[in-house]
Amino acid sequence: MDQKLRIELSKQGIVVTTLEELYNWGRKNSVWPMTFGLACCAIEMIATSMARYDIARFGAEVFRPSPRQADLIIVSGTVTKKMAPQVVRLYNQMAEPKYVIAMGACAISGGPFKQGYNVLKGIDRYIPVDVHIPGCPPRPEALIDAFMTLQKKIDAQTLTGESRPRHLHPDTPSEFVVPRFGAHDLEPPNNPQVFRILNNVDSRHAGEVDAGGN
Amino acid sequence: MLEEIKLRLETSVPGCHPEIILNGSPSEQHSLLLDSAHAVDAATFLRDDAELRLDYCSNVTGVDWLQTETSHGYLEAVYHLYSMEKKHGPVVVRLRTENRTDRIHLPSLTPVWRSAEFQEREVFDLYGIIFDGHPDLRRILMWDEFEDHPMRKDYVEPDDYEYEPTAHDDVLTKAKQHAPQQQPE
Repeated sequence: MDQKLRIELSKQGIVVTTLEELYNWGRKNSVWPMTFGLACCAIEMIATSMARYDIARFGAEVFRPSPRQADLIIVSGTVTKKMAPQVVRLYNQMAEPKYVIAMGACAISGGPFKQGYNVLKGIDRYIPVDVHIPGCPPRPEALIDAFMTLQKKIDAQTLTGESRPRHLHPDTPSEFVVPRFGAHDLEPPNNPQVFRILNNVDSRHAGEVDAGGN
Repeated sequence: MLEEIKLRLETSVPGCHPEIILNGSPSEQHSLLLDSAHAVDAATFLRDDAELRLDYCSNVTGVDWLQTETSHGYLEAVYHLYSMEKKHGPVVVRLRTENRTDRIHLPSLTPVWRSAEFQEREVFDLYGIIFDGHPDLRRILMWDEFEDHPMRKDYVEPDDYEYEPTAHDDVLTKAKQHAPQQQPE
């Protein structure tokens, strides 16, 4: 519908919208995170939910104590290898549509503990992450920014067609393999369904060639 | 002080011959090496003796000594003892295993100082020293199925450096081994 006509109609008290817009508007403004914190980043996440930063402005103040009622898991902090299966299991227990924010250096890559023996080098090895936030720990503003990024992402999703969200594709999985404790490491060390290295490298190399050409 | 404790141990605990390990660093925190056979008796004496009353074990840790030209290598458990009653300490006590591979048993001092329980479990987990007489010797940090001892100096960590966008130093070396085409020249 023509944008100008729509504004003109709204001046006359007539609201025109689409089901998709209404649906996404409702979804993006009621993303309920799970009460789930892992390390120091969780303190920043708690601060974000308090009066000063007030994530209630974005409709996300309702931290649900059960994965069944939550839409968003904020992986806030260091994921140890001992904890990783539980994080994946919690993600599997969430109802679709579900989203993941990986908060902080540890959750996105292992952070300062990368070369240790018991820290997972990024939760994106096992579950699909929607927004990564760098920082150690990220300030509440960064979490709010990540949250707004997620809202934009939800808003841009169409209900039909190729660009529809993951959970509306019948073939894509909504549960992922829970890693087992092995003799030396988690088994498998990553889930190739989620953790695709080659694609990343290809796109990164393409970018480098462009930069070199200029 | 340590000389005095050594003499008292030798007279009070029959057969016990502690050895003083000198610490050459500026802290000069010398320690007392007990032999495994008399460790529990000696520890009980240190705790109960009216003058020493080392009633508080604040820290237990491990040390991995690799094989050198003069020694075949061994594992050590180090205990830091204080006296809450007499307000003195620390007295550092060491126990040594015979080697690093198969003779790695030490007597547990948890029956003497209850606070050693979790820390001995940690030493068992990370260094692989087996404490005989420990009430509940299980891994405490790593999962039960884990077989290695991560704080041993010859421990090899799992190689999961498949994707390293900002690698440098050691990580860069490991990432290159993984995928030589991944790193820009």
